[in-house]
Amino acid sequence: MNPSLIYFLLLSIAMVIAPHALHLPVWVSVLCGVVLLWRTLLTYFYKPLPSHKLLIVLTVASIGGITIEFQTVFGREVGVTLLVLLATLKLMEIRAARDVMALIFLACFIVITNFFYSQSMVTAVYMLATLFVVMTTWLHLETPNAQLKARFRLAGVLLLQAIPLTLILFVLFPRVQGPLWGLPQDAHASSGLGDTMSPGSLSKLSLSDAVAFRVNYESAVPRRNQMYWRGPVLWDFDGRTWTLGHNAFVMPPTFTELSQPMDYRVTLEPHNKSWLFALDVPHQLSTEATLTDDFQILSKAPVTSRLRYRARSHLVYHANVQELDTQLRRALALPAGFNPRTRELATTWRAQQSDDALLVNEALRYFNQQGFTYTLEPPPLGKHSVDDFLFSTKQGFCEYYASSFVFLMRAAHIPARVVTGYLGGEFNGVGKYYIVRQSDAHAWAEVWLSGRGWVRVDPTAAIAPGRIENNLAMAVQDNSAMSFMARNPPQWLRNLSLNWDAAANQWNQWVLGYDSERQFDFLTRLGMEVTWQKMVSWMGMGLALFIALFSAWMLRHLFHRTTDKIQDQWLNLCNRLAKVGLAREPSEAALAYAQRVAQLRPDLARPFLEITQGYNALRYGVAGQAEIKQQQWLVQAKQFARLINKTVSKLDS
Amino acid sequence: MLSHYKQKFRIWLFRPKIDQGTVTLTQRRIFILPTKQGLVLGGVLILMLLGDINYVLSLGYVLTFLLAMMAVMSMLHAFRNLAHLQIRAGRVDAVFCGEPAQFMLHFDNPSTLVRHQLWLRDLQGNKVSFDLPAQQVSQVAFSLPTHQRGWVQTGRLSLYTTFPLGLFHAWSYLHFDTQGLVYPKPLPFAPLPVSLAFNEAGKNHVAGEDEFAGLRAYTPGDALPRIAWKAFAREQGLQVKQFSTPVGAALLFDYLQTPERDVEAKLSHLTRWVLDAEAQGLRYGLRLLGSELPADHGVAHRDLCLQQLALFNPPSTMTQKAQP
Repeated sequence: MNPSLIYFLLLSIAMVIAPHALHLPVWVSVLCGVVLLWRTLLTYFYKPLPSHKLLIVLTVASIGGITIEFQTVFGREVGVTLLVLLATLKLMEIRAARDVMALIFLACFIVITNFFYSQSMVTAVYMLATLFVVMTTWLHLETPNAQLKARFRLAGVLLLQAIPLTLILFVLFPRVQGPLWGLPQDAHASSGLGDTMSPGSLSKLSLSDAVAFRVNYESAVPRRNQMYWRGPVLWDFDGRTWTLGHNAFVMPPTFTELSQPMDYRVTLEPHNKSWLFALDVPHQLSTEATLTDDFQILSKAPVTSRLRYRARSHLVYHANVQELDTQLRRALALPAGFNPRTRELATTWRAQQSDDALLVNEALRYFNQQGFTYTLEPPPLGKHSVDDFLFSTKQGFCEYYASSFVFLMRAAHIPARVVTGYLGGEFNGVGKYYIVRQSDAHAWAEVWLSGRGWVRVDPTAAIAPGRIENNLAMAVQDNSAMSFMARNPPQWLRNLSLNWDAAANQWNQWVLGYDSERQFDFLTRLGMEVTWQKMVSWMGMGLALFIALFSAWMLRHLFHRTTDKIQDQWLNLCNRLAKVGLAREPSEAALAYAQRVAQLRPDLARPFLEITQGYNALRYGVAGQAEIKQQQWLVQAKQFARLINKTVSKLDS
Repeated sequence: MLSHYKQKFRIWLFRPKIDQGTVTLTQRRIFILPTKQGLVLGGVLILMLLGDINYVLSLGYVLTFLLAMMAVMSMLHAFRNLAHLQIRAGRVDAVFCGEPAQFMLHFDNPSTLVRHQLWLRDLQGNKVSFDLPAQQVSQVAFSLPTHQRGWVQTGRLSLYTTFPLGLFHAWSYLHFDTQGLVYPKPLPFAPLPVSLAFNEAGKNHVAGEDEFAGLRAYTPGDALPRIAWKAFAREQGLQVKQFSTPVGAALLFDYLQTPERDVEAKLSHLTRWVLDAEAQGLRYGLRLLGSELPADHGVAHRDLCLQQLALFNPPSTMTQKAQP
């Protein structure tokens, strides 16, 4: 095999597996790197490939390793890992063109598996670059004699021609709503809020810049302190961790005295869990989902692809004024044997204060006045986590406050629960929407007051009002642990980031979110009747049109033969002379032809000999020695052409 | 019945006939079908599409469509790689049996495109690959191994290409009736018939065997012992020792005087004699069953003799192996 083909193949495979390197098991990435390097060195030093036995041992060993690593041979992760490994090892046994072809097909397949992990614009650009290299390699296989430049050019031409055709197919190819078969459990990576909360879980999440969802408000925008996006509601506490618990039976909630409606659209990033996010309290939703009795919205299946929905919420409400006793009992349960000091404090308060609402204020005042600080890096807590936090460390993030507040309330016989979700969001002026990131994750409390129902209380607001009114970076004093963008970067960088996110949002909406629904909307807006047959026929026509255009463009080279004006004019004269019976023999040199014509037609002799000499001088003469200028000659030739025409018409008459 | 129509369809489609003069590869003459690799890619693309639908991978759709459309466009490139070539059959030099016959074909590529990786293949599977530079007439030699003397033809050739991606096979048929002459394979060594030399020339020595007269360039068929190995060692190329000839010495090579029993072997023997006699500058004649060439010398005479030997058709009673 040609070494330069091998180098290109190595580059292709390296580019194809590079995006996988970070999420493959470390030893697989290292092994692939070593094999690529090994193969490069073998080619460079013209060394023979390793024996079949060694390869078989290596392959079996690594498949065994993967089986042990993943404890299974099924699933997406295992599949991708196997593909990457096999493609790399296949490089070690290239013996025929067929092997190269198999590797190229394999490379295309691995490119597609990368989209499980990322489908961003950067990934798309990287895919195009990879495809270009793969195509060049592919062309190398079929044109071993061509120049590298010619190959690059051809790969570029093929790619550029395919792009408009792809666009037509992308828009018009009838979309089928997936999935066609069951997805494996690990189909999509999950990030975001979990269904439990323990000290540190949210502060860890708030280090991430990843987008949780984006919101377009239809008309009015709520105040920042109303932007509470409700996620999982946590009921059960075991002394350290809050969990969802089991809803004994699901009753639809009752909302009364609703006002301040708010309409908005949410584009939710996949998080592999079923809850959908809405402002408190949700009223209507455009997608199929259920509203639980603690006002969570659960979709039917985990959100594994980007989901768009419209929603209407009422920002002012009374929720479940009539609550079931079982629920209230759940909201009062506390684990025995934990946090005696906190219980004591609550009992003291209860003794002094019989009104629930006033007791809530008492607690908030406590947080506000006892020197609590809001930090991302609180000191660790012991067994009595709430006691430790309230009376000794006094440093914590929102989950610490929510947890201890709910504990206090329950200890004081006020039904309470922890609500997790997101708070606020960043306005993107470019795209006119709000970005809610994982760093906006938040936890707050809800207490049930008789006559008012469930009321939101955010103890964090008592310590760090900036967190609610602005953003995390304004509220946390030491923000060095936060990601760079979540702190307060310079304005230009922030603008750049907002522009980028606006573009990413468009990309998400129109490219990644182009599903059957969006396709229907878009084509209808174009005035097309959206039926399966129409789409296919429009697609066929569009493709045919473009292919016809490309054909015309490509085949023009076949007919466009000379670019030389002198040559064109000379051939034109010869053709004219041929019509009067003075055709030039294929073997005849220009001057010999002119002399023959001169003998046969003395009347044409003088001008034609002159023109022929001029032609020879211009075409074959030494540069600079041509006595006759090109323009002059062309004029002369045209005059002569007219002369021939006259003789033709004379002959005719 | 069906096969009859199939045959008719093939005739209508491929128009099997002998090509005369210059053949221009028009659209009508170029056929395209996917290769095995093309079909495999089709399968891979369908798999990819199913994956895209199942996992809702929008970029997956993009990649799948890009690959599919590049494959479609590669069909056009394959067509263009053949289109409007002008092909003319050229000469075929006579060869000795066992040597490959070189059929020259002139490919005129008047366009401004380089034609990559074209192949010529005959029905037996002999093939040759070549590139054609733009705006040039290129000569391509199609070599055909020879197994028996007489006329040799390529039969119908297919000119094909799988450029640029190997996914489509674009081809056209070329059927020129040019034929090449295959001489019998000369015996490696056979001493000239001394007695015949006596009879004819009446002189008392073996003509031309002893007076060294210089060297000349090697031509195929020259006897190995006559090659000037010393000159070859001096890197002067393959040369053959020449010996002077007494004027008037003439040999008559008679078919019946050859010792072999087999017709082909006899012809091989005669061929060696003709070559050696010519190499030594002797005058020689050839007598076959029913025909005779008078003694003469020179390349033209040699070729005439060789042609007679190549096309020799023994009377039917003696026919054992020889074929026309």
